[in-house]
Amino acid sequence: MTNVPIDRVDVLGDKPESEPPNNWRHYFSFSTDHKVIGIQYLVTSFIFFLIGGVFSMVIRAELITPEADFLDRTLYNSMFTMHGTIMIFLWIFPSLVGLSNYLVPLMIGAQDMAFPRLNAVAFWLVPIFGILLMATFFLPDGTAQSGWWVYPPVSTQNPSGRLINGQAVWILAVAISGISSIMGAVNFVTTIVKMRAPGMTFFRMPIFVWTVLSAQLIQLTALPALTAGAVMLLFDLTVGTAFFNPDKGGNPILFQHFFWFYSHPAVYVMVLPIFGVFSEIFPAFSRKPLFGYNVVAVSSMVIAGVSILVWVHHMYTSGTPGWMRLVFMLSTMCVAVPTGIKIFAWTATIWRGKLRLDTPMLFALGGMVMFLFAGITGIMLASVPIDIHVNNTYFVVGHFHYVVNSTITMGMFAAIYFWFPKMTGRMYYEGLGKLHFWLAFLGNNLTFLPMHPAGLQGMVRRISSYDPEYAFWNVLSSLGAFLLGMSTLPFILNIVGSWIQGEPAPANPWRAIGLEWLVSSPPPVENFEQPPVVVSAPYGYGKSEPLIAGANSSDSP
Amino acid sequence: MDSSLTSQPIEPPAHATAAHTHDVQGTSLFGFIVFLLSESMIFFSFFAGYIALKTTTPDWSPPGMEQLEVFSPAINTIVLVSSSLVIYFAEEALKRHKLTLFRVFWFLTSAMGAYFLVGQAIEWRSLPFGFTDGVFGGSFYLLTGFHGLHVLTGILLQFLMLARSFIPGNYDTGHVGVTEVSLFWHFVDVIWIILFCLIYLWQ
Repeated sequence: MTNVPIDRVDVLGDKPESEPPNNWRHYFSFSTDHKVIGIQYLVTSFIFFLIGGVFSMVIRAELITPEADFLDRTLYNSMFTMHGTIMIFLWIFPSLVGLSNYLVPLMIGAQDMAFPRLNAVAFWLVPIFGILLMATFFLPDGTAQSGWWVYPPVSTQNPSGRLINGQAVWILAVAISGISSIMGAVNFVTTIVKMRAPGMTFFRMPIFVWTVLSAQLIQLTALPALTAGAVMLLFDLTVGTAFFNPDKGGNPILFQHFFWFYSHPAVYVMVLPIFGVFSEIFPAFSRKPLFGYNVVAVSSMVIAGVSILVWVHHMYTSGTPGWMRLVFMLSTMCVAVPTGIKIFAWTATIWRGKLRLDTPMLFALGGMVMFLFAGITGIMLASVPIDIHVNNTYFVVGHFHYVVNSTITMGMFAAIYFWFPKMTGRMYYEGLGKLHFWLAFLGNNLTFLPMHPAGLQGMVRRISSYDPEYAFWNVLSSLGAFLLGMSTLPFILNIVGSWIQGEPAPANPWRAIGLEWLVSSPPPVENFEQPPVVVSAPYGYGKSEPLIAGANSSDSP
Repeated sequence: MDSSLTSQPIEPPAHATAAHTHDVQGTSLFGFIVFLLSESMIFFSFFAGYIALKTTTPDWSPPGMEQLEVFSPAINTIVLVSSSLVIYFAEEALKRHKLTLFRVFWFLTSAMGAYFLVGQAIEWRSLPFGFTDGVFGGSFYLLTGFHGLHVLTGILLQFLMLARSFIPGNYDTGHVGVTEVSLFWHFVDVIWIILFCLIYLWQ
C-alpha cells in the first residue's frame, strides 16, 4: 500500500539527514533536525546581539557628554528604538528558543521536536523579519522612532505620508516574530507533554524543561494580546482607523494595556529558561542535588500564572485609578515569592558544595547575584509611591538592564559555555572564558549600576542631552558600556577558535547528570538509538541511582 | 567512593516496551488544540478591547446610524451555528466509514459557511459607515472581518479535507485532519456567538 496517511507525514516531517551535521553548509539549509535548528537560532541571534550592542554603544557615546553633539536626534531615536527591538525580538527570544530547541528533546529523551517542519519554518522567519527590520534604515524616513513600546500617539505619526514607513514595517516585523513565537510555543508545549521518554514523568523532568514549558505557556496566553494591539495600531497608522486616536474618540491607553499584557509576561518568557539554566549548572558544579526540586519546578508554573496578572504596574502614571494601582502593586509583589524560592533553592544547592569555578559556573553565579539586585529594585518599582517618583527615569532602565543583560545574557553565556562541548564536540578555552566573565561582570555593573543614582536624581530616559549634574554617572555608564562591548571579543575568539580547532570533548565533560550527557558529543542525528527508560529523579548528584535503565550510573560524586 | 559499580536490579516500567513509535495522531491533535487555545486569546483580546472602547468612547455610534439591524444577522447566526451540528454528523459518518455520507454532510457544512460569508458581505455593503468612521466603525469591521477570515480559512480547510477523502483508503487508518478541521469549525462558531452577543445584542 502506498497510501500513507497524509497527516502522518505532516507530523513526522522529512528526515532526509542520516549523518551528523559536520558540514557548515548544513546550517544554511532548511534542516528539520532540532539540533541544527537550535544552532541556527543561536548563531543568527548572536549576530543580531552584536548589532544591537553596537547600537547601545552609539547611544552611550552620545550620552558621555551632556550636550547632544554626536548624533542627529532623529537617528538617536532610531538607535534606542532599534537597540531595544533587536535585543528583545532578535537576541533574547531567538537565542532562548534556540537553546530550548537544542536541549528539550535531548533532555526528555525524544528523537526530535513534535513538529520538525513547523520548527524549521519558525526559525527561518527570524532572519526574514530581522532583515526586514534592518532594511528600514534605508527607507526615506528611516526606522521606527517611538521606542520599543511603540505607544500611540507617537507611533501613529506618519509625517511623510508614505504607506511603507519605518513604523509600519516595525509592526509588521514584530507580527512575523509573533507568528514564529506561536509556532515555537505550540511545538514546545506539545513536545514536552507528548514526546517524553518512558519513565520521564513530569516530576522527573530537568528544571530547564519545566521553565521552557512555563515560558512557552506564557507565550501562548499573552502574545495574542500584543498581536491584537499591533493589528489595531497598524490600521490606525496606515488606513486611519480610530482605535487609539483620541481625536476620533479612540483610547491610546488601551494600547498600553495590550502592550503590557504581553510585554510584562514576556520578561518572564525571557528569564524563566535562564532560571532553568542556573538550575542545571549549580548542581553540576556543586556536586549536590538541586535543593527543593519539586518546589522549584512548581514555582516556575506559579511565576507563569502570576505574571499575566501584573501588567498595570507599567502604567501607574497612565491615569490609572487608585484601586487598580493598589491591586497591581500587590500582585506584582507576589512575584517575589516564587522567584525568592528559586534564589533560596540555588543558594541552598551551592551551600557547602564542592564548587568548581569553571566558566559556566562563574557566569551562573554572576548572573544570580545580579538577578538578586534586579529583584530588589523590582520590588521597589512595584511600590506605587517609588514608581511614580522614578517613572520613566534611568532607574527603570537600570533595573531592566540588570534583568535582561546582567541576568539573561549572562545566563545565556553560562548556557553556551556549559553546552558548547555537547553541541560542537569541542572544548572551549577556559582562560578566555574566565577573561570574558570578568570583563562582562565588571562591564555590566559599571554600565547599569550608575543608572540607578542618575535615575533617582531625576534623569529621564530616551533623551540625547541632559543636565550636566548627571554627567558623572553617565561617564561611568558609558565607560562600562564600552568595556561590556569589548568583553564579547574574547567570547567570539573563544567560540570560533574552539569550534575550528578545540580539543575534542568527551560525552560528559562536566560529569553532569542528564539524558543529554549520556549521548555522544555532538549527539547523533536521531539522539537516542532506543528511547531511554528513565528510572530516577534528576540531579542525582552524590547518589548511586542510575538515571536510566540498563546503563551504569554516569555519576561519581 | 565510586558508586557506579554498585549495581541494583532495575525494573523498567511496563510501558517501556512500547518501543519507538509515539502516538503521531494524538500529538498532532494535541498541538492543534494548543494552537486553538492560543488563537482564542487573540479573539478575547479583541473582545476586551471592544468592551473597553464601547464603555469609554463618548460618541460610540457612527453618524447616521441608530441601531444595527439584528434580524438578518440572526438568520446568519442560526445557519452558522447549526453547521456545527452538520459537521458533527459528517465526522460521525466518517467514524462509521460511510464515506459518501461524510462527503454530503461535509460539503453541506462548507455551503452553510459560504452562506454565512455571503450574508455578511451583503450586510457590509448596506451599512452607512466604513472602517475609518469612528471607533465603532473600526471595531465592527475589525471583529467581523477577522472572524470572517477564520470562516474562510475553515471553508478552505474543509475543501482540502474533502479532496483528501477521494484518495483511496486515506481515512481508513485515521483522520486526525478531519477532526482538527471540525474542531476549528466549532471554535469559529463559538467565537461568533460571543461576537453576535457583543456587537448585535449589546447595543
